[in-house]
Amino acid sequence: MAVSGLAFVGFVLGHMYGNLKALSGHDTFNEYAHHLRELGEPLLPHMGFIWIMRVGLLLALIIHVAAAIELTRRARNARPVKYVVKKHTGAIPASRLMRWGGLTLFLFIVWHLVNFTFGKVNVQGGETDDPYNLLVDTFDVWWMTLIYLAAMAMLGAHLHHGVWSSLQTLGLTSTAASRARAKTISFAIAIVIAGGFSIVPIAVLTGIID
Amino acid sequence: MNLTLKIWRQTDSQDKGKIHTYQVSGISQDMSFLEMLDVLNEQLNEMGEEPIAFDSDCREGICGMCSLMINGEPHGPEVTTTCQLHMRSFKDGDTITIEPWRSGAFPVLKDLCVDRSAFDRIIQSGGYISANTGSAPEANSVPVPRDNAVRAFNVATCIGCGACVAACPNGSASLFLGAKITHLGELPQGQPERWSRVVDMAAQHDHEGFGGCTNIGECTAACPKEIPLDVISQLNKDLRTAMRHGH
Repeated sequence: MAVSGLAFVGFVLGHMYGNLKALSGHDTFNEYAHHLRELGEPLLPHMGFIWIMRVGLLLALIIHVAAAIELTRRARNARPVKYVVKKHTGAIPASRLMRWGGLTLFLFIVWHLVNFTFGKVNVQGGETDDPYNLLVDTFDVWWMTLIYLAAMAMLGAHLHHGVWSSLQTLGLTSTAASRARAKTISFAIAIVIAGGFSIVPIAVLTGIID
Repeated sequence: MNLTLKIWRQTDSQDKGKIHTYQVSGISQDMSFLEMLDVLNEQLNEMGEEPIAFDSDCREGICGMCSLMINGEPHGPEVTTTCQLHMRSFKDGDTITIEPWRSGAFPVLKDLCVDRSAFDRIIQSGGYISANTGSAPEANSVPVPRDNAVRAFNVATCIGCGACVAACPNGSASLFLGAKITHLGELPQGQPERWSRVVDMAAQHDHEGFGGCTNIGECTAACPKEIPLDVISQLNKDLRTAMRHGH
């Protein structure tokens, strides 16, 4: 759970950086998207880097989901009779959203891949071959931006608890100081990633990018 | 104070059990929570009803025998044990819901009493040091660095009450387990069996049917002895090290 989660953190950081290239305009963004396909050539074949990432991410996803299912199953068995009244003192809301939040993110990712990668769906019915134009057409639609922003809020919450939790699971927070540091890092990563991803959709909707 | 009490009643471990509602009056703010239940039980005795079974022993906050989920919080709203919780933490007219610890590994024996021998079996699986018997060794022959001694003492305050399990949304006993691992792992006497201890105790924890930790932190908020969450990190670190050493 911890290791696959941290692999995702690394991926979303890179992904977010790439997205921000949209702020530099049509050509820079498309050139970046194209370059990803040639990255590592001639050592790697064409699309080699992309496929290494895809296989790696799929593997991380399988491990992450399998671990989540096992933890959920164990939690259910560990408390067969529920409390009539239960408070959740000491828990941040994000920590209690991990299972439903994870499922929400999974559904979002399926749509996101259909939208931009495998299906290439232009909700405005325009062209889909140009990554930059597809991006602008998508986020010009207010409800698409809303879906993406909601997903990013959920991603932020997932990371807020997830990053700290993975550091704790890996046994890296064995003092009060390192625990406090891990929680700060976790919060900062959540803000940076959820915020960074949200910039482009908001910029498109408000006309900063067109 | 007049109070409405909603209390879980269950005749034995086979019974399904349900919440019963009782009224108590004339409760002093200076009474402990258990004394308040004693008053209720006296009333029930007078009426010829079966008194409510609940655990208590020292009533000084040091033995770990008392339990009780009070309004959704283990040991109630204060950071202390149920026996050291006083009625001044409640208001006249309050409704208080009292339930047993809920854990598959802590089966309800009767009413509010649960069987916590799963914790004993976890301790038996490795929560000890092996030492030659005979006369006590010279106390200063094994020096313990100050920081290690302080941490060991801090986590040794765990009284094994099970509040961490009761609070945990996953029903995990990782805080208890972490406290024991950290306590012995900080001391020289705990070193010879350190790596087999963590593997055996973690295996027993899982075998008892406790859930897996997802680091939510409700355990440490519920702990009457304020065992910090970093003992779970220590547990994970020791487990990782033990596995690397081939245990």
